[in-house]
Amino acid sequence: MLIDSGSPGAAGTIGISLTINGERRNIQVAPWTTLLDLLRERLDLTGTKKGCDHGQCGACTVLVDGTRINSCLTLAVMKDGAEITTVEGLASLAAREGKNSLHPIQEAFVEHDAFQCGYCTPGQLCSSVGLMNEGHAHSRDEIREAMSGNICRCGAYTNIVDAIEDVMQQGGAR
Amino acid sequence: MNRFDYVRPNTVAEAVQALGADPAARFIAGGTNLIDLMKYDVERPGRLVDITRLPLRDIEERDGGLRIGALVTNATVAYDSAVKERYPLLSSAILAGASAQLRNAASTGGNLLQRTRCYYFYDTATPCNKREPGTGCSAIGGVNRIHAILGASEHCIATHPSDMAVALAALEAVVQVSGPNGDRAIPIAEFHRLPGDDPAKDTNLAPGEIIVAVDLPAKSFTTNFTYLKLRDRLSYAFALVSVAAALELDGQTIRTARLALGGVAHKPWRNTEAEALLQGEPATRETFAAAADLILREAKPQSTNGFKIELARRAIVRGLEQAAAGTPQSQSDKRIQ
Repeated sequence: MLIDSGSPGAAGTIGISLTINGERRNIQVAPWTTLLDLLRERLDLTGTKKGCDHGQCGACTVLVDGTRINSCLTLAVMKDGAEITTVEGLASLAAREGKNSLHPIQEAFVEHDAFQCGYCTPGQLCSSVGLMNEGHAHSRDEIREAMSGNICRCGAYTNIVDAIEDVMQQGGAR
Repeated sequence: MNRFDYVRPNTVAEAVQALGADPAARFIAGGTNLIDLMKYDVERPGRLVDITRLPLRDIEERDGGLRIGALVTNATVAYDSAVKERYPLLSSAILAGASAQLRNAASTGGNLLQRTRCYYFYDTATPCNKREPGTGCSAIGGVNRIHAILGASEHCIATHPSDMAVALAALEAVVQVSGPNGDRAIPIAEFHRLPGDDPAKDTNLAPGEIIVAVDLPAKSFTTNFTYLKLRDRLSYAFALVSVAAALELDGQTIRTARLALGGVAHKPWRNTEAEALLQGEPATRETFAAAADLILREAKPQSTNGFKIELARRAIVRGLEQAAAGTPQSQSDKRIQ
């Protein structure tokens, strides 16, 4: 699928500044470009997945200023000035805290076998980090409810909850 | 998605001016409904006025109640300590709706202005009076399991999907708007409209008006309330029927009752006659059933949604029982007590 996200400098594009996974970038973007399409089609950050493209599956979940949202339902121009973290940046979030490895939630997903095909996993991971940043989910029921915006057609839900609970019991993660 | 102009004003006055009288221009805040509709070509705005930079993100004390800025996100409202403490019904209703990601993006004003809709509204290959006035209603006689049982018309049987708005109806919130002709306040009961012969209009906002805040009155219900939502799956689904119930009790006698239904009509459905019937009566199953009968007396089924009438009857009784017992529905443990 060809995504018209605006050639740099083309008429109608708007200059925005985003900090993506710690790196500040000045980008010319057409206003109708979603944040998801900007990440995947222009910036080659293809870790963030396009599932339904309508906010129903959660595969496109990223963190904007630490808050999880569906990147398919936001326009890139509207996030001018924001800090974006995608699945590619989770490990560097951990590295910022002196850990030279995967983010704890990534390690926990591996440890708990919290995926099969892996397509939903980047969204699940970003959503998990968002959930822990929010700090409202404590019980397994609350984790399940707070993760209901992320669909896993392989059905790894039980192990996803295990992984999140594990990291939360270790004191959460940013 | 169609091509459009994009502007990003910094004040309410600039935003109102930027929208102007252009019927093809739209405000955008969270974007969770509008962008979705644009992807289906249901909405094709010529200009988007991005209002996310307007100073409407505060929750303030006002006249003994709270004023919620139009841009406060649904998540921020739901988890706000004053809202949780004083308006737990609102917090509960918001948390019953959408997903965490959507609640993080969606705004208070945008929640009210999400379209009243059904699957035919989204499907541009089918007739729909709401999308294209005069083309007919595909849901009448079509697939209408989720559709309205109250207040519908021969032109449209779609329902308003907001959970937040149902709680606001029970709390008698007031919507503050600003527009080319100044500011005005619209009681929530008059904010959304029934389809009648003009289903393209979901609300009574005048052209060019913008929501700036939602006011919660001082009267809050902190003990005897519930938001009970019944749906096809336990999370992240629209209500088939939902009930916002709030009571004040004198012992076992009902002093005040508020009751609003979601998922059953083109707008949050409140019946003050039923509330009056509850007042002064004992808080018993019989009383609640009488109120349910009164509300559903005028219910009208479509070809495949007749079950919703009985579902609504039972939901009203159960909701009032939960409220009377002071055992509000949990939005994480889904068992209905």
